[in-house]
Amino acid sequence: MDNFLASAISFGVIFLFGCVGEILTEKSGHLNLGIPGIMCVGAAGGCFGVRIAMSGSDPSGVLVVITGILFALLFAGALGAVYAFLTVSLRSNQNVTGLACTIFGAGFTSFFINSVVMQNGADSLLAKAGQQFFGAHIPGAGDLGWFGTIFLSHGVRVYLAIVIAVVAAVVLRYTKVGLNLRAIGESPATADAVGINVTGYKYTFIVGGAAIAGLGGLCYVMGYMNGVVGSTVDQTIQGIGWLSIALVIFTLWKPALAILGSIVFGMLYILSSRITGISFVQIQLLNLVPYVVTILVLIVTSIVGHRETQPPASLGLSYFREDR
Amino acid sequence: MGETFLLELKHISKYFGSVAANRDISFSLKKGEILALLGENSSGKTTLMNMLSGIYYPDEGQIFVNGEEVVISSPQDAFRHHIGMVHQHFKLIDIFTAAQNIVLGPGGKGYGVRRINDEVRAIAEKYGFEIDPKKKVYDMSVSEKQTVEIVKVLYRGADILILDEPTAVLTPQETEKLFSVMRAMKADGKSIIIITHKLHEVMAISDRVAVLRKGEYIGCVETNETSEQALTEMMVGQKVELNIERPKTTFDKPILEIRNLCVRSDEGSRAIEDLSCFIRGGEILGVAGIAGCGQRELCEAIAGLRKVESGGIYHEGESIVGRSPKEIAARGVAMSFIPEDRLGMGLAPSMSITDNMMLKNYSDHRFGIRPLADKEGDRPFAKRCRRALNRVGAFVDRHCPFVDRKSARAEAERVIKELDVSTPSTETPVRRLSGGNVQKVLLGREILTDPNVLITAYPVRGLDINSSYLIYDILNRQKRAGAGILFIGEDLDVMLELCDKIMVLCHGKMMGVVHADKTGKEQLGLMMAGALDLAEEKGKPMGVAKDSQIGEDGTWNA
Repeated sequence: MDNFLASAISFGVIFLFGCVGEILTEKSGHLNLGIPGIMCVGAAGGCFGVRIAMSGSDPSGVLVVITGILFALLFAGALGAVYAFLTVSLRSNQNVTGLACTIFGAGFTSFFINSVVMQNGADSLLAKAGQQFFGAHIPGAGDLGWFGTIFLSHGVRVYLAIVIAVVAAVVLRYTKVGLNLRAIGESPATADAVGINVTGYKYTFIVGGAAIAGLGGLCYVMGYMNGVVGSTVDQTIQGIGWLSIALVIFTLWKPALAILGSIVFGMLYILSSRITGISFVQIQLLNLVPYVVTILVLIVTSIVGHRETQPPASLGLSYFREDR
Repeated sequence: MGETFLLELKHISKYFGSVAANRDISFSLKKGEILALLGENSSGKTTLMNMLSGIYYPDEGQIFVNGEEVVISSPQDAFRHHIGMVHQHFKLIDIFTAAQNIVLGPGGKGYGVRRINDEVRAIAEKYGFEIDPKKKVYDMSVSEKQTVEIVKVLYRGADILILDEPTAVLTPQETEKLFSVMRAMKADGKSIIIITHKLHEVMAISDRVAVLRKGEYIGCVETNETSEQALTEMMVGQKVELNIERPKTTFDKPILEIRNLCVRSDEGSRAIEDLSCFIRGGEILGVAGIAGCGQRELCEAIAGLRKVESGGIYHEGESIVGRSPKEIAARGVAMSFIPEDRLGMGLAPSMSITDNMMLKNYSDHRFGIRPLADKEGDRPFAKRCRRALNRVGAFVDRHCPFVDRKSARAEAERVIKELDVSTPSTETPVRRLSGGNVQKVLLGREILTDPNVLITAYPVRGLDINSSYLIYDILNRQKRAGAGILFIGEDLDVMLELCDKIMVLCHGKMMGVVHADKTGKEQLGLMMAGALDLAEEKGKPMGVAKDSQIGEDGTWNA
């Protein structure tokens, strides 16, 4: 049981990165369906960074982790910037652009990982980095019983995810930046009329959100898979990406709730592999549960119709100041 | 030349495509005065003010604040020069509290909930506003929202306030309250520009009046040296008769009767409460009330678009509650609702005029299959076969999958010709027409069906005076033809002249029905505000016709 919960948390933070990234994007009024592709690209960039940092004779663990994170942020942020340019500056349709980003991101990752990163014995280097450096946790955590197993046996990525989620929650709720951002998501024309830099905010939070989501991809490859990179990694991450977007709805656009929600989703996701002796069909049905739960949440919030649990009012709409 | 103005505009022009919204406009504002900017709808008042508040950027011309030339390219710039604008359509975030809306935006000092609440209260007290900083905007009434908007502008340190049609959504009493606040602000040294097209308000509040006509600056006059008649002439450009015809007709039997109607709004609250009224053939019944008092819900309930909670609607004595919109329309009830954005209901903006004509009667087209006639001396079997064949033929005929473009185009051409719609062709997308022409198309289509009840809401919204008069003419023509017309309007002056009777709504309750020639604006205003309830005062139920067409069997649930 302890191990199950620990795995759920370890897996859930992948969702948490994607979910918090998407929440920040959606709060600026943009529905980024490119998150799955952006998470893939984050994984590709992260692997690339780790590969570079590992190529020395005696790589330092801290350096490897930081390089991996930086490259993941950079790659994912770059694809986020493309999305932002298309939807904010050129005002193209957000859904179409997002789906295009997903398709591009997955294809790019498949090519980049298989043809560029995984050359000349990189798989052993990555596996080493994943196990030794990304998996490194507080020494002696295993001796503290269930508490240690569940909460302390994780690599730095888990705590990073939770810190990011908490910071996002505080910023959205208690700061002026958060107030302005929420105003933009609700009604950009209003925000503009009081002098908020709408375009600036949108770019910042779309790119920032994408970069955070990209960490999810890195977290899957280096953290959960311990650096074992399969050739179809892009497909798995894409699936996780869609669930992250579902998680945004599940957690009612609240990053603090997303911490709990991601652990629940993590449990549901790994459940099918932990229960032995069930048929293939039953496994598939179990894998459906997160989606069913999301639909139920949508139904309940729609019926209750409370104003605070609804998505940002101008989500998915382009804004142009001189529009009449 | 010694006097420097607080604000000066010189030769400002703004074009949207090839259309000039403003052309070469120059005027000035002194410190501590209230300047009224007067003009008809779409004469460029709002566009001009949007350039001052940084929403639009002028194509030509200069703006001076305190004698220095300034560039206002964004709302931040406007606030830097202490210019603040209260927009006609409120720019507020519904899910935020009043205080959150007020502190929104860059600048200011941090974000502490308790402190901003106190600051908001301090401003409110200074000028005599009533405001609860912690109330969410979606719980507020229209006048409360307006208060939040004004406080927001003051909080940001504006010395020049621009109010865009602030009284359009207020009752006369609320308007008076707003004016007293404006006088308090003026006494405090603030300068105010108020945009309006209501002449009596101009006379009541302003020090000077600047008049715009079709995007051009006509002139500026001292309020106490002018009159309503003179201002109208400046505004319209010619001497106009401010009289609307009210043709005498013989009132027919009640054609549409409503008894004890209750309807809920989208939010689930009661939008129409226990309303009874009736319309006779050849009569225009006006519906007055401040915006959002159930007018929309009433229209939708009659047209069958909204569920009726209780009560009855009877057309020629027969209940139409629960019928589908198509059945109701087939009985001769036509509705034209012009929403605020003009295109929202009734027309599909990117479809052509012809296509929009077809929206109403697309299903009427038939193949034209005629049933086979019986022949004498046929055997029973052949007879049965023929009958079966005829039934199949009729079914196919009813379900004709094709539409009839030819007759739709002819209808479109008729509307264009009769209502004088200016459009390049019948195939022009409705979106490309100007507001007035869009409204004519919508009204024209509804009239084409020869309705016996015409429901029309805000038909002259946003139209210039000439187009408005054309619309009134169209309505009067229908009235003479014997149709009953429900006219939901905004402008009390117009309704007093056009309608035969006026029903006043206040938050979905009927405050009474009055004859238009026996009442005045003051009485209507009191009724709109809910201060005068004629229905209660007279002690007898209003809105029930003596010669009701509804049978005595009491089919409605009272």
